[in-house]
Amino acid sequence: MALHFELVSPARLLFSGDVVSVQIPGTEGEMTILPGHAPVLSTLKPGVVSIQKDGGTDKIFVRGGFAEVNAQGLTVLAETAIPLADLDAAALAKQLKDAEEDVEDAKTDAARAKAAETLDHLKALQAAL
Amino acid sequence: MASLKDLRNRIASVKATRKITKAMQMVAAAKLRRAQESAVAARPYATRMGVVLANLASAMEGKAGAPKLLAGTGNDQVHLLVVATAERGLCGGFNTSIVKLAREHADRLVRDGKTVKIMTVGKKGADALKRNYGKYVVDAVAFTGAKSVQFDHASGVADKVLAMYEAGEFDVCTLFFSEFKSVIQQKPTALRLIPASFDASKAPELGGAVYDAEPEESVILDELLPRNIAIQIFRGLLENAASEQGARMSAMDNATRNAGDMINRLSIKYNRQRQAQITKELIEIISGAEAL
Repeated sequence: MALHFELVSPARLLFSGDVVSVQIPGTEGEMTILPGHAPVLSTLKPGVVSIQKDGGTDKIFVRGGFAEVNAQGLTVLAETAIPLADLDAAALAKQLKDAEEDVEDAKTDAARAKAAETLDHLKALQAAL
Repeated sequence: MASLKDLRNRIASVKATRKITKAMQMVAAAKLRRAQESAVAARPYATRMGVVLANLASAMEGKAGAPKLLAGTGNDQVHLLVVATAERGLCGGFNTSIVKLAREHADRLVRDGKTVKIMTVGKKGADALKRNYGKYVVDAVAFTGAKSVQFDHASGVADKVLAMYEAGEFDVCTLFFSEFKSVIQQKPTALRLIPASFDASKAPELGGAVYDAEPEESVILDELLPRNIAIQIFRGLLENAASEQGARMSAMDNATRNAGDMINRLSIKYNRQRQAQITKELIEIISGAEAL
């Protein structure tokens, strides 16, 4: 029995197919979804979705995500989804530095919160690498 | 009567116009294909989101403490109309029909004694509404120079709408855009964003099982509802982009055909006049020779 998995971003359908299992970074903890999992709704924290399929593992970084498991399978909706293979460590380090400066330079609370969020996102990305 | 030279000039200028409209038609056709593809590609996300939300919303129904974005503020006094149009003209009735629908909607609300606020997305809509509805316009967003619709554009608009809602500046929000039916048919549509409306029949059948929500349903709803606004706006913008190119393509096709007809008419007129002139000259020569 295989698990039907779909990864969808606002711009397009990134992955659709049958897999062995999928590990997702739930807000309240990592979880692995196997075929026949009970229906679950969960929000995701920024992190890596790893897809176990025949002949290898795919790792994809997601942010602003949401997962739904039902009888049809697992669906992950993510605002941002980037395959780990496409990430560039050097470019990321530079962005991280920029983001840190943004947090320091922020004048209002709202701006600081926004900058801090971006920083968190980038840190999560770096940790995933 | 126009001289032969005038006619020649006119034919040349109409020919130049035809070349331009023909080129615009071909560009629109190429862009249409891309716009259509991205509109189709965005559909799974929007549908999935709708299904999940319909599900959660039906679970929350009747319970106290439903998020404001779902339940509304309890009033419907102040209406925000988000009017999404194109950045450019020369696309037939595309912009006009969206603006017309928004205008009718606004007029009806004003007649009912409601307060109307308008946010325009896209330059053409802002231009069209400025004259008579300028006093209602609270914000105007334009993506001048943007090559294609990005999710960031939509979430920027959504953030503005949500900030206004948080500040209690309106009770009901409606999005106006043009739904892409086919190249020759685009349907101006009004979609209510806030309070959110869902089709409960779309919820998946679980066969008696209940979703295990992690964290709680209300927390998930709080997070998903604002995101849903961005998604709906994104979908609207993508549909708009495809509709715009479709409308432009058929408008330019018409223009090219009209220019062709005009060239034919002018050529016939030119040939007749040329012949008439030759005949006249011949008569002059012959009658001159006979008189001698």
